[in-house]
Amino acid sequence: MRSGTALDLVQLASGVVLAGAVLALWRRDLRALTSVLVLQGAALATLAAVLAVEGGDVALGVVAGVVLLAKAIVIPSLLARVVRRDPGSRETAPLVNVPASLVGAAGLVVLSYLVAGRLTALFPDPLTRLAPLGLATVLIGFFVLTTRRKAVSQIVGLLLVDNGVALTAFLLTAGVPLLVELGASLDVLLVVVVLQVLATTMRARLGHVDLDQLRELHD
Amino acid sequence: MTALLATLSAPGDPLAARIGISVLQVACVLVGGPLLLGLMAKIRARAEGRTGPPVTQGLFDLRKLVGKEAVRAEHTSAVTALAPLVLVASAAVAVALSPLLTTRPVLETSADVFVVVYLLLMGSVALALGGLDAGTAFGGLGSSRAMTIGAISEPALLVGILALAVQAKTSNLPGIVTATLAHPGWLASPQRILALVALVVVVIAETGRIPVDNPSTHLELTMVHEAMVLEDAGPDLALVSAGEAMRLGLLLALVANLFFPWGVDTSASGLGIVVALGALGAKTAAIAALIALVEVSTAKLRLFRVPELLAGGFVLAVVAVTTGLVTR
Repeated sequence: MRSGTALDLVQLASGVVLAGAVLALWRRDLRALTSVLVLQGAALATLAAVLAVEGGDVALGVVAGVVLLAKAIVIPSLLARVVRRDPGSRETAPLVNVPASLVGAAGLVVLSYLVAGRLTALFPDPLTRLAPLGLATVLIGFFVLTTRRKAVSQIVGLLLVDNGVALTAFLLTAGVPLLVELGASLDVLLVVVVLQVLATTMRARLGHVDLDQLRELHD
Repeated sequence: MTALLATLSAPGDPLAARIGISVLQVACVLVGGPLLLGLMAKIRARAEGRTGPPVTQGLFDLRKLVGKEAVRAEHTSAVTALAPLVLVASAAVAVALSPLLTTRPVLETSADVFVVVYLLLMGSVALALGGLDAGTAFGGLGSSRAMTIGAISEPALLVGILALAVQAKTSNLPGIVTATLAHPGWLASPQRILALVALVVVVIAETGRIPVDNPSTHLELTMVHEAMVLEDAGPDLALVSAGEAMRLGLLLALVANLFFPWGVDTSASGLGIVVALGALGAKTAAIAALIALVEVSTAKLRLFRVPELLAGGFVLAVVAVTTGLVTR
């Protein structure tokens, strides 16, 4: 990284993405989860834009725009629609209770620092050194995916993993190719749309969106 | 003895001046703590449409309590007599060591994060033992709750300040303040923002403010701090109240100076101390006003949800330290 301000912005954005993952684990209110995603998407877009300006890379600038549109606007608003149809819904009984999962998250953050430290030692650079933050976001995303029961929480877990992967990619390779980013964003978008249909059908047939209760097949 | 004096007096300024500043710090916090509590009560009252007691009410209460006859419950041991003294003494030592007005208080080399946090912990333990000593149900209940909360909030306080120590490459509190003054760009770094959120949660828990404890009720379902001091009266209660107010003042002043070290005196000049006093008063009053507004707008958490809030603060502190390590 060349200028100090740009590096500060990149560090701040990476910190915000990880803090967002912790917030997603902390809050039970499903509406709060969508605002966390908006925050993370905006941080990722800022990061990509800073890298694009720094490197004079037009394609990366387009990626920043795509990230902003997909991760900060379209996907969170789709999720917000699902949440709004089920007002007052909260993550009431996660498989691991909230204090324990927060302590688990602290462990995951330390773990990713220890593991990624070896990796970043290969090419020490202010940008690659931030990679543990991306890895920690991925791990916390997986944790949300495995321990939360509501359909919305699980899709948020998937999106956390996706944001973590994007953060790691931006930090390690200074940007993914435009085509790959477009493909990944469309994939995630498709998953969110499928989830929305699934949640709507589940509520119409069963009256709830608790994935944990889908244990047996009905005719 | 000469070696001790040599460590006490740093080259440059005389020992007497540094002791004087530390004593001034203790006096400021002793008076300022109750004033901050009064300010928070006033802001709450105004936000609720009441006039509220004057800001100086805490000081009046202390004077009234000191003048009362000392009454202790039957069958209490020396613990009841000593606990308020230990609370005030540990808070006073922590205040004297901390960089509140100057970056060069007396014994500055000993003013480590761990020393100050454990001095605060000593006060909490003394208070909890005092609550248990009379053998009443309420005292035990309050002590047990206070220790449950303290067991999570103390490590979070320590780790939160460690995030700043990693950045400043020293765990010495005056050293952290000096390093922050030298690098204004650090104020917006990610680990500082995360650590600030973590420390605000901890300060709210440690001082027993609303989402964690409600200092203005005596409801047995929820009270934490009030239950511990139910048996104290007269001068004992005055000491406990003064000690608690000093802890609040110290924690707010530490947050203010570690994160926004503007105005802290570095030269030990008379004018610098006056400026530092004004800056410290303004900063702590601003933080106290913010906490009071949070108190007005939130409901108290159920006791079993409090560990959730504090665990969140702890994780944010851990994330802050990790971010500090990777952005070093």
